[in-house]
Amino acid sequence: MDFIQSIDLMQLLRCFIVGGLICIVGQILIDKTKLTSARILVIFVTTGVILGAIGIYQYLIYFAGCGATVPLLGFGANLAKGAITEAQSSGLLGAFIGGVKASAGGIAAAIFFGYIASLIAKPHIKKQ
Amino acid sequence: MKINTKKDYLDYVDKKSPNSPILKNCFNAFWVGGLICTIGQIIFDFCEYKGFDYTSCSTIVSITLIGISAFLTGLNIFNKIGKFAGAGSLVPITGFANSIVSPAIEYKSEGYVMGVGGKMFTVAGPVLVYGISASVIVGIIATFFV
Repeated sequence: MDFIQSIDLMQLLRCFIVGGLICIVGQILIDKTKLTSARILVIFVTTGVILGAIGIYQYLIYFAGCGATVPLLGFGANLAKGAITEAQSSGLLGAFIGGVKASAGGIAAAIFFGYIASLIAKPHIKKQ
Repeated sequence: MKINTKKDYLDYVDKKSPNSPILKNCFNAFWVGGLICTIGQIIFDFCEYKGFDYTSCSTIVSITLIGISAFLTGLNIFNKIGKFAGAGSLVPITGFANSIVSPAIEYKSEGYVMGVGGKMFTVAGPVLVYGISASVIVGIIATFFV
């Protein structure tokens, strides 16, 4: 029960609002530009890398926590942060290792769970 | 705007009508997206409470949300959420997971190597290509100029 008492409700609210706003940006892109979802994900991840590299995104993470890290922008920012940190500690080699290293958990989980799901689940024919 | 002919009226309707679906879509995207992030935050707080460091907490949050999303995609529930919430479920990491899991299941009939293994990356591939390439460029810049 200590855990429930330790939850910061204001933090959750900031997280909810910032996460929601980022999704609204995505929704406006979908409705206004007719971009495919693949392009939107690419735009988000690349923008995240750029914002993370400049160092702006870090402030949003301080402010909103998972509201900033859970959207794909955060995935991009994490790639950039990893690449920069690793590049500074081990030079050019780090530039290649850092990004993937920082996000390896997410990528491996998505591939692994995807494979497992494909073994278990049956295909659902899309009615479109 | 003056409405004199039928055409003017149709133009007027055309201009006005798309507004309401966008507002509704944005509202749904907002609360579903916000809710997914909030679930992430609660998992994060729980990991922090259990004594994990910051990086581990973030990774656990990603893995858990991806796992839940893969599970819901397998049960065909995620597609329904996606239809309702649009970007609300696409933009968080759950959308990335769904983009891997969904084709993996759909293309099972084409075999486990080229079907599941290959089609898995139809959407996630570009994301990884651009994300990782951009991060390498950023890393190279950081090596030489920072």
